[in-house]
Amino acid sequence: MELDSGTIAWMLTSSALVLLMVPGLALFYGGQAHSKSVLNMMMMVFSTFATVGVLWVIVGYSLAFGDNTVGGWFGNPAQYFMLSSLLAETVQTDGLPDVAFAAFQAMFAILTVGLIAGAVANRMRFTSWMVFSLLWALLVYFPIAHWVFDLDAGWIASGIGAVDFAGGTAVHINAGMAALVLALLLGKRKGWPNDTSRPHNLTMVMLGAGMLWFGWFGFNAGSAAVAGYAASYAFLNTVVATCTAICGWLIIEQVRDGKPTSLGAASGIVAGLVAITPACAAVTPLGAMAIGFISGLACAFGVGLKYRFGFDDAFDVVGVHLVGGLVGTLLIGFFAWDGSPAGAGGVFYGGGWGQLGVQALAAVAVMAYCGILTAVIALVVKATMGLRIETEAEAVGIDESEHAESGYDYSGFAGRTSSSSLGVGAPTGQVPAASSAER
Amino acid sequence: MVTAIVKPFVLDDVKATLEQLGVLGMTVSEVQGYGRQKGHTEVYRGAEYAVDFVPKVRVEVVADDPTAEKVLDAIAETARTGKIGDGKVWVTPVETVVRVRTGERGVDAL
Repeated sequence: MELDSGTIAWMLTSSALVLLMVPGLALFYGGQAHSKSVLNMMMMVFSTFATVGVLWVIVGYSLAFGDNTVGGWFGNPAQYFMLSSLLAETVQTDGLPDVAFAAFQAMFAILTVGLIAGAVANRMRFTSWMVFSLLWALLVYFPIAHWVFDLDAGWIASGIGAVDFAGGTAVHINAGMAALVLALLLGKRKGWPNDTSRPHNLTMVMLGAGMLWFGWFGFNAGSAAVAGYAASYAFLNTVVATCTAICGWLIIEQVRDGKPTSLGAASGIVAGLVAITPACAAVTPLGAMAIGFISGLACAFGVGLKYRFGFDDAFDVVGVHLVGGLVGTLLIGFFAWDGSPAGAGGVFYGGGWGQLGVQALAAVAVMAYCGILTAVIALVVKATMGLRIETEAEAVGIDESEHAESGYDYSGFAGRTSSSSLGVGAPTGQVPAASSAER
Repeated sequence: MVTAIVKPFVLDDVKATLEQLGVLGMTVSEVQGYGRQKGHTEVYRGAEYAVDFVPKVRVEVVADDPTAEKVLDAIAETARTGKIGDGKVWVTPVETVVRVRTGERGVDAL
């Protein structure tokens, strides 16, 4: 087949859109953090470029999209080592060069690991997080991506015929489960739940949620891997499901708490996007609206689970991604319409209960594998490097203790190039020649 | 010296009133605190957070004794909404004042 310029243009655009979700996520989480831990929160998300992005080229793409190895556990790690075997112009699928697909899927790996960071805010050693990121991508994400995204060889995608268009299992259930396990092994923030901070900047949270939605069009519609009907179909559902999810979350807040909040609207956006991710090419717009609405309701309650069970999932990765991912993945069993691009039939469209069983199997398998492996990785990192910062460093603020920076200059005296009369902000190390000469 | 702790939104009115009185300068700072009003609670994702300290504005005016009385009354009048949390105004004696630029002392420095 000839290279298809329309598909190439759409997939390159989609890759850039998914990349934009990373700063969007950093804003979404960072705004919920304390002003003295906002930079660490954003750095945890951004650092996944430096860890997972690099690992992807070396071995990640091979593990996810190589030929079945060890009974289909993962792809052949040597097959696309350094992506060198993708580089010929003739290596293409349905008119799309495989190098473009490798770039697109790289963003998924980076974002998925970044999602976990929201659960462990304000208390995890940064170097330990980076090592955890590498090991988790290697042992958990790449194999599961192989099961779900390798449409020819993955046992979830092609073996049992579960519908997961853009990663309800591999991305959201996976990240949410990892967040739960890591938050449990890391322990609670000092003072949680009674004495922890409220979000320091909700305008950042809303901007972040908006950027996530924008980027999610690449995530969902790009997962069609061709610029065509399925991409358009997924795009529409990514709009409507998110709209109803906002409704669902705000209704819960109005009824339960008396006030609809901006954090609730922003969280509802993410809840709707998460739930429609696996389902965006499998349901009608009506089904998408139902799934979004139910996810908004479920996640608005889901974020309360951490108080009931006592795990400090700081910014609700479990309550939104695990709960929303399960809602979307399982509801496909009810709402799937056999006339859709995915072509599966759910209970409400005369397809019987079979699809629901398959969806549940996929969800449970991902949760079990991810839960066990995440615990092993976290315990190894804990035993060798330690997971947590000192209690005192936590009180002072992780931005200062881990990065020697502060997100905001409140005093107006800090950051001078020479010692001020107050003695604040005078550099103690090397000063660039130009600025020291000014005084 | 007159010190006033008032609600942030009355600051512009207080400033205008003091300008009418002929007060030539003031120092304003954003502060937090509580009195009988106490704080309030905010709800994020269903979890309640107690906000103990409420944002207020502190206005400081250094004036001679007769003016200070007028300033005290003027601020109290202007900042009053009648609702709890309107704030406090008080007068404290000032030992001496120096204008940094000229070295003038006492009332001349005001």
